[in-house]
Amino acid sequence: MAYSEKVIDHYTNPKNVGTLDKGKKNVGTGLVGAPECGDVMRLQIEVDEAGMITDAKFKTFGCGSAIASSSLATEWLKGKSVDQALTIDNMDIVEELHLPPVKIHCSVLAEDAIKAAINDYRKKNGLEEIKFEERIVH
Amino acid sequence: MLQLPVYLDHNATTPCDPRVVEAMVPYFTQNFGNAASRNHPFGWQAEEAVDYAREQVAKLIGADPKEIIFTSGATESDNLAIKGVFEMYASKGNHIITCTTEHKAVLDTCKHVEKAGGEVTYLQVDAEGMIDLKELEAAMKPTTVLVAIMYANNEIGTIHPVKEISAIAKKHGALFFTDATQAVGKIPVDVNKDGIDLLAMTAHKMYGPKGIGALYVRRRNPRVKVTAQMDGGGHERGMRSGTLNVPGIVGFGKACELARLEMQQDADRLSKMRDRLEASLLKLEEAYVNGSRQHRLPHVTNISFKYVEGEGLLMGFNKNIALSSGSACTSASLEPSYVLKALGLGDDLAHSSLRFGLGRFTTDEQIDYTIEQVTNTVNRLREMSPLWEMYKEGVDMNKIEWQAH
Repeated sequence: MAYSEKVIDHYTNPKNVGTLDKGKKNVGTGLVGAPECGDVMRLQIEVDEAGMITDAKFKTFGCGSAIASSSLATEWLKGKSVDQALTIDNMDIVEELHLPPVKIHCSVLAEDAIKAAINDYRKKNGLEEIKFEERIVH
Repeated sequence: MLQLPVYLDHNATTPCDPRVVEAMVPYFTQNFGNAASRNHPFGWQAEEAVDYAREQVAKLIGADPKEIIFTSGATESDNLAIKGVFEMYASKGNHIITCTTEHKAVLDTCKHVEKAGGEVTYLQVDAEGMIDLKELEAAMKPTTVLVAIMYANNEIGTIHPVKEISAIAKKHGALFFTDATQAVGKIPVDVNKDGIDLLAMTAHKMYGPKGIGALYVRRRNPRVKVTAQMDGGGHERGMRSGTLNVPGIVGFGKACELARLEMQQDADRLSKMRDRLEASLLKLEEAYVNGSRQHRLPHVTNISFKYVEGEGLLMGFNKNIALSSGSACTSASLEPSYVLKALGLGDDLAHSSLRFGLGRFTTDEQIDYTIEQVTNTVNRLREMSPLWEMYKEGVDMNKIEWQAH
């Protein structure tokens, strides 16, 4: 299975690898996946008073497609509002990275990570956590 | 001059030795006869070539040429041995004993036997990949017709105590079959000294061509028979019909001859390189060897690098170094290696493993390069790994409630 150029690029030059201070009130942290599954993503967002995501960082234990999906997610999150971030759909990631069917679950995990980070931010700021509906698989 | 990519996946397959290819070439366009054509020189030449090759194959394992049946490879030999014995000895019993770390060609054939009304016991292995001989003894029954345990494991290189296993089988009147695909040509295998009744082997793991293998079937003490799985013209003493793959057989014979003559020097050279590779990689924190380090093939090492995932690792250098991983992502089924799981390895370590298989043409320069590339990639990926960060901070990851999807 050959990897797409974009996946290789994100893997070789990942964007936004790192850690934000999860103790800060305006930092939301999403930790999804499990070591037994071979996929763990930690995605963090830093949000300003206007609800705009000013910084995003990730760390991932997983294959090249998983790393690329989470790296891409952090790129897309920066500069969006928290509400806009909720519209990021895993199929957008699949299309952008040309993920084959067997790797679609990596993009799903990245979407889960985004939502988990947002919910964590919401919880810390006195907002209700959003319950996400079961998505329709394209 | 280091030529890339470097091939370190010799457990998967091996390149043909140029001397093997040279031996095969005349049998495609010049001496192309059917070995079963009894009435003209084309057939006689082919038959002569097959006879010589058969002798070379037999010599490598201490057998008589009459005991060698040519097949399309080890998978077919596994099928013929297990189904062939099950069907031939049905009046004696229907019980087979094997173990959980066998190759799929054995395990899936056993599943077939179960569907056909047979009973199969799958022995567990310990953390080093060894079965418990007492458990084997306890599992033997009057209805046991076959014990099937591989000589050496393809993923971790662990060598089973074949002499002891065959003695137990014999004591209880059962036959002993071993899939010796990874062992033949790499370490000394002798069907008489080791007490083997049936043995599977293939050419492409020992610098021969793909598509040709053999099943050794003992003729004396005791005389073993198998029910043919391929019917036709009654070739190979009625045990495997089909026109013989003469060029393949010639290549197989040559590969066996070379292995017999060069096995010891290859093993000495390769075990030194393997030990050097292993020692260097174990300098990395949280790196673990899987399987027995004492009883294993000289050219294999399987190492887990905790907190980084196998496919991600391979991507760091797979354009330049060819390896295998026990990670789920590298298998078609998305399941991590069942062999590593049988050792009791946690799934996360199974996902983090790399298998190195050195070979006849591996050089020190290639090993140096591999050490450098693997070390750099492991370190780079650990910088990107949330698990590594948690480990460094002393977080107990067993206490975390993971949100698996």
